[in-house]
Amino acid sequence: MAGRHTSGDFELELREIRAHLVAMGARCERAVQLALAAFLDRDSAKIAEVSGLDQKVNQDEIDLDDMALRVLALRQPVAYDLRFIASTLKFVTDLERISDEAVNIAERVETLQKATTAPPVFDLPRMGELAQKMLREALDAFVEGDEQRARKVLTADDDVDALYGQTLRAALAWMAEHPNDIPAAMCVASAAKYLERIADHATNLAEHVIFLEKGDDVRHRRSP
Amino acid sequence: MATIEPSQRSPGGEPRAAVLTAAPSPKLEVRGLDVFYRGEKGGETHALQDVTVDVFPREVLALIGPSGCGKSTFLRVLNRMNDTIPGARVAGKVLLEGEDILAKDYDVVTLRRRVGMVFQRPQPFPKSIFDNVAYGLRAHGLADKREITRRVEQALGRAALWDEVKDRLDAAALGLSGGQAQRLCIARALAVEPEVLLLDEPTSAPDPIATAKLEELIAELKADLTIVIVTHSMQQAARVSQRTAFFYMGRLIEVGATKQMFTRPRETRTEDYITGRFG
Repeated sequence: MAGRHTSGDFELELREIRAHLVAMGARCERAVQLALAAFLDRDSAKIAEVSGLDQKVNQDEIDLDDMALRVLALRQPVAYDLRFIASTLKFVTDLERISDEAVNIAERVETLQKATTAPPVFDLPRMGELAQKMLREALDAFVEGDEQRARKVLTADDDVDALYGQTLRAALAWMAEHPNDIPAAMCVASAAKYLERIADHATNLAEHVIFLEKGDDVRHRRSP
Repeated sequence: MATIEPSQRSPGGEPRAAVLTAAPSPKLEVRGLDVFYRGEKGGETHALQDVTVDVFPREVLALIGPSGCGKSTFLRVLNRMNDTIPGARVAGKVLLEGEDILAKDYDVVTLRRRVGMVFQRPQPFPKSIFDNVAYGLRAHGLADKREITRRVEQALGRAALWDEVKDRLDAAALGLSGGQAQRLCIARALAVEPEVLLLDEPTSAPDPIATAKLEELIAELKADLTIVIVTHSMQQAARVSQRTAFFYMGRLIEVGATKQMFTRPRETRTEDYITGRFG
């Protein structure tokens, strides 16, 4: 993280953006946590809370885009400040999509409740733990300005992908044995997909942190 | 022999081996340059300290840094304007295509024809527009009126001023606007067909339109000329130059591709200066 800016107003604007981003990230973390709990507990009471958080996150996206564009137009930032504003614009997009995925997970609860035979959740809890940890680590790396911490997030994505494959295969096998409850099993498969996407967005966040701190663009560098 | 554009060079100035096989010869090579000014109480101010940098053909090199950092001093050394400052002392080497321009026997008149300079404040002579541009040609001994007329028109065209003044070449140059006067001074410098153009904060006075015209002009002139520009505007340096050099307290702190300097400078002092976190 860079030192204090000579221009007090500019410094204040950058701090406001940073604080707003951190708050948006915290809302996303909470939305994912609630959505996963709602899904695993079949608890529809939490759905409204996830939806409410998502609406706030949507507004965060609009507000932060506006703040970042204002700084670009009025301050013509360079070096760290430029990377910070460029990263902000990308950060908010990934965070907003994470929140959308949380809503998607929560929305599957009602279908799940209608199932005659509740499908097992397979590796979903473990996937949820890992995806949430990746999100938390990426956000902490941003707050701390810790590029090394961000790099560790990138490697964790492979574990989530592997668990997603396992969960999908297990869900398909279960569907074959329970043809009447395919919609409910599809919910599990979908939730696994949403968690896998959340992990991908957390990876993107970590990549933005590395760019922000070091200027290195590490996107699309890992082997497929 | 393969050549590269300076903008393709690595931050350290070395060509990237995977892409490039050979570098162009520098237009200017500055080696271990020191400049001293005599102080008011008899001491010396060490205005430039051990500056080493290359300037490549057909590139725009921007010099940035806080006031008093030595960037204008550096510029003035490149066509020996410091010779006119009593007590100024220069050590080191400045090679123009391999020739040491600091050598005592180097002809300064020839140097200033090859290395033209435009100052911060446009200083048209109290003469007509035509005579301003023709001045250098006549001073260098050109007497053929048709050739002078041709060169004046050509210089005004290259300086993007021809369309605005072609119907009033006999009018007083002092009646031009600030932006026009600055372009007139550039035309005056261009008339003697220099190889290098030194610009010392050329847009500190003009309005945004005049600034845009001047920056467009710099981009066009780069096709034929090597340009070194001192500017206080970070945005201008970013817009017009291929490489940027950051000076601080008489030292060259960092020189590199402008894109790299403004997105991820190597030195903390550069970062602090360009982001406004200085001092």
